[in-house]
Amino acid sequence: MSDLAEKADAAITKPPPWNDPFIRSIFFQIVAIGLLGYFFYSAFENTLSNMSKSGISTGFAFLGREAGFGILMSLIEYDETHTYGRTFFVGLLNTAIVAFCGIILATILGFIIGIARLSNNWLISKLAGVYIEIVRNVPLLLQIIFWSVAVLQALPGPRNSMQLGESFFLNNRGLFLPEPIYGDGFGIVVIAFFIAVAGTIFLKRWAKQRQEQSGDQFPVFYASIGMLIGLPGLVFLILGMPLSWEYAKLGRFSLTGGTNIIPEFMALLLALTMYTAAFIAEIVRSGIQAVTHGQTEAARALGLRNGPTLRLVVIPQAMRVIIPPLTSQYLNLTKNSSLATAIGYPDLVSVFAGTTLNQTGQALEIIAMTMAVYLTFSLTISAIMNWYNKRVALVER
Amino acid sequence: MNDFQRSPDLPPPASTVGVVSWLRTNLFSSPANTILTLVGFYLVYSLLVPALDWAIFSASWVGENKDACDHKGACWVFIGQRLDFFIYGFYPKAEYWRINVIFVLLALLIIPQMMENAPHKVLLAWFFLIGFPIIAGTLLLGGVFGLPAVTTDKWGGLSLTLVIAFVGIVAALPIGILLALGRRSDMPVIRLLCVAFIELWRGVPLISVLFMASVMLPLFMPEGTNFDKLLRALIGITMFQSAYMAEVIRGGLQAIPRGQYEAAAALGLGYWKSMGLIILPQALKIVIPGIVNTFIALFKDTTLVLIIGLFDVLATVQAAIVDPDWPEVSTEGFIFTAFVFWVFCFTMSRYSIALERKLETGHKR
Repeated sequence: MSDLAEKADAAITKPPPWNDPFIRSIFFQIVAIGLLGYFFYSAFENTLSNMSKSGISTGFAFLGREAGFGILMSLIEYDETHTYGRTFFVGLLNTAIVAFCGIILATILGFIIGIARLSNNWLISKLAGVYIEIVRNVPLLLQIIFWSVAVLQALPGPRNSMQLGESFFLNNRGLFLPEPIYGDGFGIVVIAFFIAVAGTIFLKRWAKQRQEQSGDQFPVFYASIGMLIGLPGLVFLILGMPLSWEYAKLGRFSLTGGTNIIPEFMALLLALTMYTAAFIAEIVRSGIQAVTHGQTEAARALGLRNGPTLRLVVIPQAMRVIIPPLTSQYLNLTKNSSLATAIGYPDLVSVFAGTTLNQTGQALEIIAMTMAVYLTFSLTISAIMNWYNKRVALVER
Repeated sequence: MNDFQRSPDLPPPASTVGVVSWLRTNLFSSPANTILTLVGFYLVYSLLVPALDWAIFSASWVGENKDACDHKGACWVFIGQRLDFFIYGFYPKAEYWRINVIFVLLALLIIPQMMENAPHKVLLAWFFLIGFPIIAGTLLLGGVFGLPAVTTDKWGGLSLTLVIAFVGIVAALPIGILLALGRRSDMPVIRLLCVAFIELWRGVPLISVLFMASVMLPLFMPEGTNFDKLLRALIGITMFQSAYMAEVIRGGLQAIPRGQYEAAAALGLGYWKSMGLIILPQALKIVIPGIVNTFIALFKDTTLVLIIGLFDVLATVQAAIVDPDWPEVSTEGFIFTAFVFWVFCFTMSRYSIALERKLETGHKR
């Protein structure tokens, strides 16, 4: 026996080094690093020599120089005398605001359409289906340009603007809203609101604890709504309503005063919302359909009515299916907001990777910064959504 | 003794069969549903009637120039008159036949793929991926076999859109396969590089990739190398697309049971042989619908090249609607473009759904 084993051991000779998988893998990895290193080195050298040929000095010194161009819309103070560095933040904030509004609106619209798609009302379900199939099969850029050129630019001029009462005006210069003017003590109202938020969280915990102990339910939802509206409202009334509105007025050429939402922003937001909502609707539909009918029947058997069945049984399970693809839709929306360039909305790509790049020629730094911003956005959104996903994920033994 | 006579069945109540019942269950089952239905009908009526009137009944269909349009409805004359421009861009008129030949060849190659039992399907698919691009490229560029050369700045319209989408997907496929394999590799360095590459491209918007390709690529190259604008865009799109393709293919690779890998190893196949003969054929088959979906996304994204100054179909339409010879035709132009894209994307998505159903051969547990 042992003789045989010894013979077998002797038969296993080590393979020659060029056939050893371990050595091979080390070799290939070294080759990969070498090739990559060579690629970066040569690209870097070429870039340096190309840039010095055209008289551009590398580095981030250009960020401190005066920009000298105006920007259509800015959330922070900005004019021609500010620096190129400032243009970066203006663009960044413009991108962030459109992405933020877009994500919220698209989620609301998408959920409504997704649920409508599942409605037992034939007409409503078909209408939702037609909307989805039309909107998601037409390029987003085309939709953005369509809203901007064919709809918003075709609106009447400021003199004949469409208006709702004396406070809302819609014309080809954009949407004019009344601007809030905060009086003394408005900060206390805000503080009251945050106290109400904290109270809601506390109330929810307390109600859950009470239900676990005694089985009694507490109408948390209505109580919270009452608290969130009531407390700041009460403070607001006691302080003598420290808030007034400044309305837009028709001046000589245009409307003055009030808050102006520029048409580029509206076109971009409309297109992004409608386009992403179509995808979200499909995600919501498939998520709800993924919850088997047996779950609904089981809930009914337990005596739950329609509302609690949806809220406590179907939606929590559907969310598990919905969240991961929803995350990638949010990421897509954020990245798609860069299409603003096509209609001149001053987002990051249009302002910083557009005008600033053309004026300074610092292609390498600017493109790297722009890409870094989007990467950060992407990673942040996916981190938040992963955290949420973990919370709703199925906890198995 | 009377025989038992079975009386004939009574017809079901009128309210449970036919149109009335259908209306009841599907449209008016509850007060809330009735309100929804009425609102829905009102919406359809108030949107569809003016839209149909504008697009069909009041539209101007025949004519030679802007005078044929009275602008009471859509001016389809404009589309008809500028159709050549929308399809061929600035391609020389005498050479239109070359693009037409490519269109016919494309159709001839695609139709068998859609059919159930077409002969030589696999062979034709390989020809589609390798032979066809060479033929099409030669025909489009010219300069050989007595064909006059047409530089890429003359390319445009729908043909350019198709070129970009096709090259994007065909070039991205092999790179995507390599990246997907690399992401699942045992070698940490290779895996890290592939993950970094994929996540980098997936994290940034295509428009910044196109900017990078058109602005930075020339900087990376040694002085004197001059890339064609179209080629730069294609490189950017291919890089971007291959990252997405890699993720789709990775899904397929993950769906292959471990036993298949082990069986390949037990047969004594090396890495490339086991991948090429055992794993990839199965994985790629599963992900064909995913690849089609990526292609749809890419096809819609090709419109972005207009931002870096290429003349795709949307750019040709945008150029045509500002032409003073044709005033007030922007809506018609956009709706035409939307329709073209919609037809392509909708067909492909239906094809992808059908394929998904066909491929679901019950391997899932």
